[in-house]
Amino acid sequence: MNWISDILRPRIKTLFSKIKEVPENLWTPCPKCSTLLYKKNIDEHMNVCSKCDFHMALDRQERFATLFDDKKFTEIEIPDVPADPLDFKDLKKYEARLKDARDETKEKDSASVAFGKIDGSDAVVFILDFAFMGGSMAAYVGEAMISAAKTAIKKKAPLIAITTSGGARMQEGIISLMQMARTTLAVNMVRDAKLPYIMILANPTFGGVSASFAMLGDVEIAEKGAIIGFAGRRVIEQAIKHKLPPEFQTAEYLMQQGDVDLVVHRHGLKSTLSNIIKILMGSK
Amino acid sequence: MQYLDFEKEVKSLDDKINSAGNKGGASVSEAQSLIKKRDSMLSDIYSKLEPWDIVEVSRHPNRPHTVDYIAGMVSDFVELRGDRMFSDDQAIVGGIGYINERPIMIIGEEKGNDTETRLRHNFGSPKPEGYRKAMRLTKLADKFNLPIVYLIDTAGAFPGKESEERNISASIAESIQACLDVSVPTISIVIGEGGSGGAIAIGVANKVMMLKNSIYSVISPEGCAAILWKSADSKKTAAEALRLTSGDLKKFGVIDEIIEEPLGGAHRDRPATIRNVKAAIDKAFKEMSKLSPEAVKAARWTKFENMTRKI
Ligand SMILES: [Zn+2]
Repeated sequence: MNWISDILRPRIKTLFSKIKEVPENLWTPCPKCSTLLYKKNIDEHMNVCSKCDFHMALDRQERFATLFDDKKFTEIEIPDVPADPLDFKDLKKYEARLKDARDETKEKDSASVAFGKIDGSDAVVFILDFAFMGGSMAAYVGEAMISAAKTAIKKKAPLIAITTSGGARMQEGIISLMQMARTTLAVNMVRDAKLPYIMILANPTFGGVSASFAMLGDVEIAEKGAIIGFAGRRVIEQAIKHKLPPEFQTAEYLMQQGDVDLVVHRHGLKSTLSNIIKILMGSK
Repeated sequence: MQYLDFEKEVKSLDDKINSAGNKGGASVSEAQSLIKKRDSMLSDIYSKLEPWDIVEVSRHPNRPHTVDYIAGMVSDFVELRGDRMFSDDQAIVGGIGYINERPIMIIGEEKGNDTETRLRHNFGSPKPEGYRKAMRLTKLADKFNLPIVYLIDTAGAFPGKESEERNISASIAESIQACLDVSVPTISIVIGEGGSGGAIAIGVANKVMMLKNSIYSVISPEGCAAILWKSADSKKTAAEALRLTSGDLKKFGVIDEIIEEPLGGAHRDRPATIRNVKAAIDKAFKEMSKLSPEAVKAARWTKFENMTRKI
């Protein structure tokens, strides 16, 4: 699954580490327009460039904080999954890659689930975070999505999923592939409980993630400027042997194609979500 | 028949057997001893296949394909075509008929076996309309209480511009969703290549089986080598690391059953392979026939909920 073009990955990685490592008092250039931005200014704008509106990566803790009231939320514990089921080693051991990602992000794996209130309404939020091994799909991710679904059902609350992912985690091989079935099962559980499942496709969302739970939302929201697709741009260009138009696979393009309901600026995400939740839950 | 690299010595014996057989007379006994020799060679070779060898066997052009299984084991077959929205994608072939007097729905990926048919079937790589056809037939089977057989044989979903334009992601996701939702017994069999999302789109079933020398993987060994090893030369190493053989998948609990192949692989004896597959289908449907529709669906959900929790 050549889910993600290698062009996208390094760009986002550098972008991410830059923002995290810059001390409070430093200026940092916007990756898109190169305007020098004050770190505090970036934080206040939810990692959106105040000059050109470019949406930079936003890590999961910050995302939870931007959505839940008073930045208050409770993360739920995800049951353990088999560690390194394939005993996988490429140029580096999978175990070592996992350890590096854990040290770097201080998170257990690429997914996290939390519950709290969004404008006073109960909500469960699942996040798949690109900062951890490209937000790749692993056994842990399937487990997290099932836990998120069950929590939503127990609390009679809507489930919101936010994805940034390159797709499968090759180091988990077939185990990774099976999570497409398991995350879809989680969506079906929420559907059968007649609770809203709202998807927010953030930058980037590709491969096995797009081709399972991420495209099954009752309402599909794409974050402004996000790149979303099944195969990466480079894979397609190699296959068809010519260049794709620049707007191909952008959030705005997907809306035009009828694949998502709306494209939302990060600053308006919480109010949009809150409005949708209140209407869909209105008669409950 | 095409011989794989590791079958070269088998070819020379096959040639000798054929010429001895043609001569008749005394050479018949010579042929018989050559056959013995060849069979023991085949059984030796096939007991020691490396993962990359199995990848080659799984893609062997003479391996029976979906249309061969339909012709060989489904009677009174009626092909049902199209997604009712865009077109008929022949990378997936489906329809209704009988397997051992049992009315069934069969839906399978088809690669084609010569230039003309490969083009017609898009080399077995479905586009969104293919998965939407599969989904339509899945729902149709559910309505008329027909158990479903899915045959998986694809390098992957088609990664083209038109696939993205028609939302291939949603078509795969919705196909998985439909496979989870039906209340009829379902069987999914990897008959050749089980290539990533394109395979699991029709791979969520009550019983998932693999022919012994088929493969099932999240990415092709070539693709994995290029990304993780930065070199296509590492495809053999990647094939090992991915653990994509039927034996590995059985150990992981991802598949329920391995269907044996005849001596020397499915391509050496296509009728025997089709008989084995037919028998496995019949046995599994018999077992599941005692379950209520609710129980069939619940069993499938429970199985996938628990899958990969313990390995
Ligand atoms: Zn900017």
